[in-house]
Amino acid sequence: MNRQKMMKISVEQLNLFYGQNQVLKNISLEVYDKEILGVIGPANAGKSSLLRALNRLYEIDYARISGKIRLDGENIFNIPINDLRKRVGLIFATPVVLPGSIFKNMSYGPKLHRKIKRQELNDIVADALKAANLWEEVKDRLYDSASTLSGGQQQRLCIARTLAMNPEVIMMDEPCSGLDPISTAKIEATMLELKETYTFILVTNNTKQAARTADRTAFFLAGELIEIHKTKKIFTKPDDPRTDDYIRGRFG
Amino acid sequence: MKDKIAEKLLLVIAFSAIGSLLLITFFIFQQGIPLIFKIGLGNFFSMHWSPTRGQFGILSMIIGSLMVTVGALVVGIPFGLACAIYLAEFSSKMVQKTLKPIIELLAGIPSVVYGFIGIVILVPFIRTHFGGPGFSVLASSIILGIMILPTIVSISYDSLIAVPNTYREGSYALGATKWQTVVKLLIPAARSGIVASIILGMGRAIGETMAVIMVAGNALKIPHSILDSVRTLTSTIALELGYATGDHRAALFACGAFLFIIITILNIIAIRVTGRRE
Repeated sequence: MNRQKMMKISVEQLNLFYGQNQVLKNISLEVYDKEILGVIGPANAGKSSLLRALNRLYEIDYARISGKIRLDGENIFNIPINDLRKRVGLIFATPVVLPGSIFKNMSYGPKLHRKIKRQELNDIVADALKAANLWEEVKDRLYDSASTLSGGQQQRLCIARTLAMNPEVIMMDEPCSGLDPISTAKIEATMLELKETYTFILVTNNTKQAARTADRTAFFLAGELIEIHKTKKIFTKPDDPRTDDYIRGRFG
Repeated sequence: MKDKIAEKLLLVIAFSAIGSLLLITFFIFQQGIPLIFKIGLGNFFSMHWSPTRGQFGILSMIIGSLMVTVGALVVGIPFGLACAIYLAEFSSKMVQKTLKPIIELLAGIPSVVYGFIGIVILVPFIRTHFGGPGFSVLASSIILGIMILPTIVSISYDSLIAVPNTYREGSYALGATKWQTVVKLLIPAARSGIVASIILGMGRAIGETMAVIMVAGNALKIPHSILDSVRTLTSTIALELGYATGDHRAALFACGAFLFIIITILNIIAIRVTGRRE
């Protein structure tokens, strides 16, 4: 095992406030290149806020932030915001399909950033849908409204839509919370396939999902990072008793 | 027992409102339509309006109404939409809470006041800077454009606000800028409400009378430029009904029936367009 892994994202002493309410407290952690980092913890632990900090989506909520976040060593506050969000994609708990066809959903992101010829766009859309394991199900109905897809398909559409942007990091905020076990399995399989190419941060309420997919896992509690270790260690012999209690379902 | 009485009473009141609408409709058509058949559709839609000679052609007034309405939309749509987009997407909560009621207050100003401002400020301004009599298509368009702003702003604003926030987040998360999100996502998503606001604004512009009479000049001819004087259907009714008798009076009711049909059609389109969202 290569100990000297490339660092993709580094977070130093991150604090995030919504008004008077501090939702992230002095968080420092690293995300390695091409790993799946699981983030677990009970409600209000700050998991989603962490993701919204990493692509600066917190800004639309008028939240305040302090601390450093670097992407490939570069301060994310120096990266133009649309470039940052293109490089660091976010997938929401409830699939957000935009109004319009499947194709329109897929082409929305790429077309924001540059002019693309139709043929190239078709290829990007097809490749991304294939990568998200959705192509076979939708290839004959690309121009149907995206809202006609099932919940699981919609979530995979959102993943494909993010892939079409050719991001470096894909963050998922409880992507399977509303899905049945089969759809969940499909999304997990997709994630494991794509991990060769992308870095994942997976926020999940389902600790078993983190155990199944994540290389490393971070445990958050009430805005604090309690510990971050290899997934196996977190689930077998965590340092902090609170982690153990959470994983064993004693609270949360 | 008391409930029963209240219920019956409210029922009567509700029906009397609808009843008066039906009566108005019936009366307009009953008074106006026979004349159209008497002189023929061709004559009714001809150029010549000369009641003393028994000529009742309303074409120049239709064109007048049309020009003034289109002009009002040219003024009202860009300002109204820009205002709605700013309020819904760019302004702070504070600005929204102050500006929106103020814009809606515009709807409460009597139209004679708009006309007065037009006569005192706009007409002399146009006369000195652009030439012509000042009483013109241009003056009417600007005044009407301002008068339809509240309709366009508040309905467009409501439909923009109604777009779910998840769409905005989804768009930002894909790296869209605020402006891209507005143009590529929010306006298409709110399209039906925006179109409805424009159609209702159009209905208001066609129907407006007092302000237009005061600034349009009311000359009975087809205007050749936007600086020419113009007379609309509604102005004609208001100006002539006081002294009209016989066929002349019937012809004015026929104008009213024509307007009634146009505005009904616009309202039906507006309802259809908004209904499609569900």
